[in-house]
Amino acid sequence: MSAAISTYSKSDYINFIVLMVLGFLVIPMTVNSDYWFTSILIPWLCLALATIGQQVIMGYTGQLALGAAGFMAAGAFACFNLILRVDGLPFFGALIISGLIAAAIGIVFGLPSLRIRGIYLMVATLASQFFIIWVIDKFGWFKNYDSSGIITAQDIVIFGRPYTTPVDMYLVILVVVTVMTILAINMARGSTGRNWMAVRDMDVAAESMGVSLLKTKLQAFAISSFFCGVAGALFAFTYLKSLEPVAFDIKLSFKILFMCILGGLGTINGAFIGAGFILLFPVLLNYLGNNVFHGAIDATIISAMEQVVFGVLMIVFMIYEPLGMARLWENIKQRLFKKKNK
Amino acid sequence: MGSEILFFFEVVVGGLLAGTMYSLVALGFVLIYKASATFNFAQGAMVFFAVLSFVGFMELGLPFFLAFIVTIGLMVIVGLSTERLVIRPLMNQSEDTLLMATIGLGYVLEGLAQAAWGVEVRRLDLGIPDFPIMFIADAIGIFISALDLTAGAVAAFMVISLAVLFTQTKIGLGLRAVADDPGAASSIGIPLKHIMLLVWSAAGVVALVAGCLWGARAGVQFALVDLALKALPVLIIGGFSSIPGAIVGGLIIGSTEKVLEVYIGPFFGGAIEGWAPYVLAVFFLLKRPEGLFGEKIIRRV
Repeated sequence: MSAAISTYSKSDYINFIVLMVLGFLVIPMTVNSDYWFTSILIPWLCLALATIGQQVIMGYTGQLALGAAGFMAAGAFACFNLILRVDGLPFFGALIISGLIAAAIGIVFGLPSLRIRGIYLMVATLASQFFIIWVIDKFGWFKNYDSSGIITAQDIVIFGRPYTTPVDMYLVILVVVTVMTILAINMARGSTGRNWMAVRDMDVAAESMGVSLLKTKLQAFAISSFFCGVAGALFAFTYLKSLEPVAFDIKLSFKILFMCILGGLGTINGAFIGAGFILLFPVLLNYLGNNVFHGAIDATIISAMEQVVFGVLMIVFMIYEPLGMARLWENIKQRLFKKKNK
Repeated sequence: MGSEILFFFEVVVGGLLAGTMYSLVALGFVLIYKASATFNFAQGAMVFFAVLSFVGFMELGLPFFLAFIVTIGLMVIVGLSTERLVIRPLMNQSEDTLLMATIGLGYVLEGLAQAAWGVEVRRLDLGIPDFPIMFIADAIGIFISALDLTAGAVAAFMVISLAVLFTQTKIGLGLRAVADDPGAASSIGIPLKHIMLLVWSAAGVVALVAGCLWGARAGVQFALVDLALKALPVLIIGGFSSIPGAIVGGLIIGSTEKVLEVYIGPFFGGAIEGWAPYVLAVFFLLKRPEGLFGEKIIRRV
């Protein structure tokens, strides 16, 4: 680990410190409206975390998986049941265990990846998506035999202090996301990540060079689902504030896939850029619809146009910049600061 | 015959016929895969787009057949622009890149259809009732819906005509040549562009037919896209490049999911249909990754 950390340059540390100051001090002190926290910052961080999970399996290991929302649901309901049934379990403990549970499920559903790839694997992971949601929906134990279908999530309590205001919840998520993002960056830059990328670029060649496909692929599935599971638990406890299987349907999986691809496959900052874009673009469209066109355009048309724009962007990026917005950002940076780099 | 056995047959036959509806969606998929080695994830969206436009044109006052022809024209335009704007710029890219681009294409088509025609659920009346046919019920005691029977007949007709097209005509020979090696095919003078245009248009027409049958059964609505996802396990069982495979896969999926739903579903509170096809496909994949009729996958370093 220390060897990996020592490879960071000075500008990496500066970026890190700036982002930390921004996230932990500037935003909580300057942003006053709850709307920004509950509707933008909290879901953004949660979904970015899930997108990192998707990046691990798709961007780094090259396995076309389409079941992120299923693992998010597993994590969310695991966390709900752990807090409900285990007395005295701290929130972060429950969060980690629910991530591990999601990871175990991920390993099981990752097994087919040892034999199949591409769209075949996509279908196999679709099985996990539908199966997990079905199990949670049909076995009452997971929902604590609640018949209404919508269960309110418990309050987050850490060391006896409840974290229920938007700012508090934002800070809790930020801590988790920061720690896990650092972990992800280190894994991606270390030998783990190199194995993932070797498998992605040419699995047969990687295997002949001594990279164990079994270990690498299952490890990627486990880590990916761990991230998705933790993200799902946070998503349910802070953003949805309720637990309902339908919130984690196939549409959410597609959304995370889009965040991953548009953000830039095989990048961690792309996960944040992609999640931010997919989340903010509809907000922007709605704002335009209400304030520029004054509601002259029907809301259904606006949401349909949103789909069209996402689809068109997906095609355009595939044709012109398959590495997504993260790469676009790199290119802009290089153009702007050309002299500094040379 | 005992009534229980009769009931079992009824379930199986119902499942088989419903399975042909999946086959019809899968057929469009196979068509494109055979000619361009592209996994067209947008086939489900094309089904939705086609039938929603068809119903939309009828609402505008066009008679049934005119609306059908106009929609076919529209699907040809969709095929043409897809080939020109999505497939051609991505020629020689990896399969995964093309797959992701077609996911984007699916989003575009779904969005456009909803923006143009709205989101409310519509009824589509083909003039074929979705009720059991009485004289069959009287004769052998099995209830079979007329719509199911029509779907089966249409699927059979389409398979036969596509099989004839692929194996007996010059166009079919060209299609297979292009699928095998686009570069070699175009170097010996096979018009690649025309072939692609033809294939995407044909897939559009297949989508319209599938959409009409689905729409008549479940209503013309967005949920059709999710139903169309079930064409994927069908393809996996049948093999991506086999037209008969699409039909056999559909029959296997249709009958298995119905039997499971009726006989095992009640123990778990039902709705097994939602995931059973996918799990079935996974088990199939572990045994035969290339599907029942698919070509063997050989990968080289």
